[in-house]
Amino acid sequence: MTVQLPFVQVLLPLLGAPLCALLRSRVAAWLLFLLAALGSLGCAVLLAQRVATAGTQRYSVGGWTAPVGIEFVIDDFNTPVLLLVSLIAAVVAVFSHRSLAAEVAAKRVPLVYACLCLVLAGMLGIAVTGDAFNAFVFLEIMSLASYALIAMGRRRRALLAAFRYLVVGSVGAVFVLIGIGLAYAVTGTLNMADLAQRLGGLHGNRALYAAVVFVLVGLAVKMAVFPLHAWLPDAYAQAPSAVGVLLSATATKVAIYALLRFAFTVFGATLVFGVMPVGRIGALLAVLAMLIGSAVACFQTDLKYLLAWSSIAQIGYIVAGISLATTAGVSAAYLHVINHAVTKAALFAAAGLLVLRLGSARLDDLAGFGRRMPWTFAAVVVAGLGLVGVPPTAGFVSKWALATALLERGQWPVLAAMLVSSLLALVYVGRIVEVGWFREPSLVTVMNRPPVSMVAAIWFLVLLSVYFGLDATLPSSLADAAAAALLRNGG
Amino acid sequence: MIGSHYVYWLTFALMMIGLYVVISHGNLIKKLIGLSLFQVAVFLFYISLGKVDGGTAPIITEGTQTYSHPLPHVLILTAIVVGVATLAVGLALVVRLFESYGSLEEDEILQRDISDRDTTDRDGVAS
Amino acid sequence: MTAFVLVNISLFAILGATALAITRMRALYEATMLTALFSLVTGSLFVLLDAVDVAFTEAAVGVGISTVLLLGVLSLTRSREAVTPRRRRLPAALVVLFTGGTLGYAAQDLPPFGSATTPVRDHPVTETYLYQSQQDMGIPNTVTSVLASYRGLDTLGELVVVFTAGVTVLLLLGPLTRRNRPVKRDLVLADYRVLRVVSGVLMPFILLFALYVLFHGDYGAGGGFQAGVIFASGFVLYGLVFGLDRVQQVLPQRVLWVLIPLGLLLFMGLGVATVLLGGSFLDYDTLRPDDPAAGQRLGILLVETAIGLTVATVMTSVFFSFTGRGASR
Repeated sequence: MTVQLPFVQVLLPLLGAPLCALLRSRVAAWLLFLLAALGSLGCAVLLAQRVATAGTQRYSVGGWTAPVGIEFVIDDFNTPVLLLVSLIAAVVAVFSHRSLAAEVAAKRVPLVYACLCLVLAGMLGIAVTGDAFNAFVFLEIMSLASYALIAMGRRRRALLAAFRYLVVGSVGAVFVLIGIGLAYAVTGTLNMADLAQRLGGLHGNRALYAAVVFVLVGLAVKMAVFPLHAWLPDAYAQAPSAVGVLLSATATKVAIYALLRFAFTVFGATLVFGVMPVGRIGALLAVLAMLIGSAVACFQTDLKYLLAWSSIAQIGYIVAGISLATTAGVSAAYLHVINHAVTKAALFAAAGLLVLRLGSARLDDLAGFGRRMPWTFAAVVVAGLGLVGVPPTAGFVSKWALATALLERGQWPVLAAMLVSSLLALVYVGRIVEVGWFREPSLVTVMNRPPVSMVAAIWFLVLLSVYFGLDATLPSSLADAAAAALLRNGG
Repeated sequence: MIGSHYVYWLTFALMMIGLYVVISHGNLIKKLIGLSLFQVAVFLFYISLGKVDGGTAPIITEGTQTYSHPLPHVLILTAIVVGVATLAVGLALVVRLFESYGSLEEDEILQRDISDRDTTDRDGVAS
Repeated sequence: MTAFVLVNISLFAILGATALAITRMRALYEATMLTALFSLVTGSLFVLLDAVDVAFTEAAVGVGISTVLLLGVLSLTRSREAVTPRRRRLPAALVVLFTGGTLGYAAQDLPPFGSATTPVRDHPVTETYLYQSQQDMGIPNTVTSVLASYRGLDTLGELVVVFTAGVTVLLLLGPLTRRNRPVKRDLVLADYRVLRVVSGVLMPFILLFALYVLFHGDYGAGGGFQAGVIFASGFVLYGLVFGLDRVQQVLPQRVLWVLIPLGLLLFMGLGVATVLLGGSFLDYDTLRPDDPAAGQRLGILLVETAIGLTVATVMTSVFFSFTGRGASR
């Protein structure tokens, strides 16, 4: 039965979607999503163990061996993504029960859960597939479902956010499609392993260079790399809170995964970072993202927008790590993917709770919330310190790893930008603290009791981020194994 | 050079027209039309990769020797479906946007969003 | 310059001219009709490039569904585009220059068009798809074999995308968002006798043709997706002529909502069944262990049916959602 695990991983959430649509009951749909998420988490754990003992797992869909058919490949490099995505999805499932009920009309909730299942299935599919075109298909599943979810936000601005994301995201997807097409034109294959093998002999081919450019740019749109980030703040801030938690923690991360997969294992690090100046451009964009993202975050008046802009800066850190193209750099980037996902999910979840209790996430409306909701405030502060990178939070561990990796290569300007960005992070987290604790509470009515499920979800994430800060062995070993697997393949 | 590649050049030119429409036009429907043009041009590019001179459609029949490659056709069938799905979702959003803003122009919508934030809806960003 | 090249280039010239006209046109109804023309010409080009299945789909989707949807939206909104501000042109031009430049750069090392020795042709899968498939499935239309079996997962993904679109449109426009008030009968096309009679007569033929396309996909152009679109177009025609109420009596929305997920579940259920029978996901050989090729054919038929079911119902439901929106305004 373990042989079948890779397809179970994707099929569970995929089955959840039509069932949610068929059952049309709020509780049943919620249960289905929860079960799908927990099932994929269990599946991911089993797969991770199996990969650790037995090495890379390949699964030929339809019984046709690749490159004739499509294969799933599970290795050290994607098991962390599977674990992360399904874990966050499970937490979001717990969180969403009350949060969605408060923010989305009751009749729509089952279909919203169907879309959540689809997003989860799309992300897991991108992670497991070993076929370039199939990755595009899963990318579109994830994207289409997330456009729908974002549009479910309470304000009309959410519609505009979804539409803009749809246009930009589709152009990005078409870029990926063009890139895959160019690579297909010069190799005749779509299977990633086969592509890597055949591309090896094609150095100097101009169509291949263009393929790299198109795939990387297309994925950079989905990753919200500066200057292709414009869709992100509106999309994450206007989406319903539970959706915001899921997307902010995982959607860009899966795109990062896909980028690494293409850059290192398909095209190869020698081509992408050796022959082409991707590393230098990446470092430049990373610096800009860190500085501009954090600076803009300082001037936001809405907590969710603040967090979204901070995400743009954090993606800058990750890009900086990737641009080094060293084992240490990629490992640090990977570690930051994990830590940032957990931290940012905790913060977006806390913002969701504030929206539920105070009716808004505007900083003005949050005045003095810390005195009336000390626990939520504590969660925000702990996770916020993680964004800044104060020890002993998870953010510190990954930033330290990143700084070491940068020093190793003597990338002083990037390191300086990172420090400045962290100071700016201190400013914007400080603003939240200032507003939440030192300002006089406004007279907004507070709902009597916070739902236990939401509080549990928030604190689980916060404590997880603290645990990753105190004892980083689990994420570090995952990240190291992933980076090692990646650079071994990409040699 | 140009002679043997003319189809690619032509599809690329079409792609660029589509992309230009997507970015330069502020009208939401026009953006979606541009997106369709862009996608269709990419489909043409893929299909041209499978074509073989003197070949026929990849339906196996007696007495035919050369067939064009079926794989690009399959990929593009999928991509066309993805394209129309995106269009349907985009158009649904357009209808809702028009209902809530009374406009189809991106700039006007943004304008209205900002102006009513100043008066009634106090939600959003200070940029 | 052979005739083939000449026809190709002239079709491309028409496409280019149409596309340019679309960019300049501010009347959106006209732009929509030109977009339909664009799709139609693209369809002809697909035929020239031997992609008959793709041509069929492009015709059904680009000329049919997309146009109907665009027209539906225009009738709900506004059909005149404002003048594009000049400041938008510069970024667009820059992006186009960058992208076009990269593409032009790439074109120099692309294999020659139409050559019989391109990497695409020389790859070993070509043999499998074209010739081995005759033993594996025994289906003449290799596009169907690759679509439904060799790359069945892509097709499942494609169906999931269609499903997602159906769910999304329902979320955004469906009767979930607003109560459907009874339609005010101002002018229904059914008042024209010719239209009424002709569409009444056409309806069974359209549905019959859809079934033919569905089951003929093994031997010629066609398959579940095209059949689904044609099936839906039958109901769209009926709805256009007789009004939404009448067509919803024939095909109530409640039934549609059950059928939409059902097609997808059928596809996935088939995959689960093959796993339970001891194969891999979507390995149709296991359906008939004694005769794998027959098992493949059975699997492909089931898959095409599932696709047809979901596509037809999603497209009809999307059309209902858009027109229902108009009725309730």
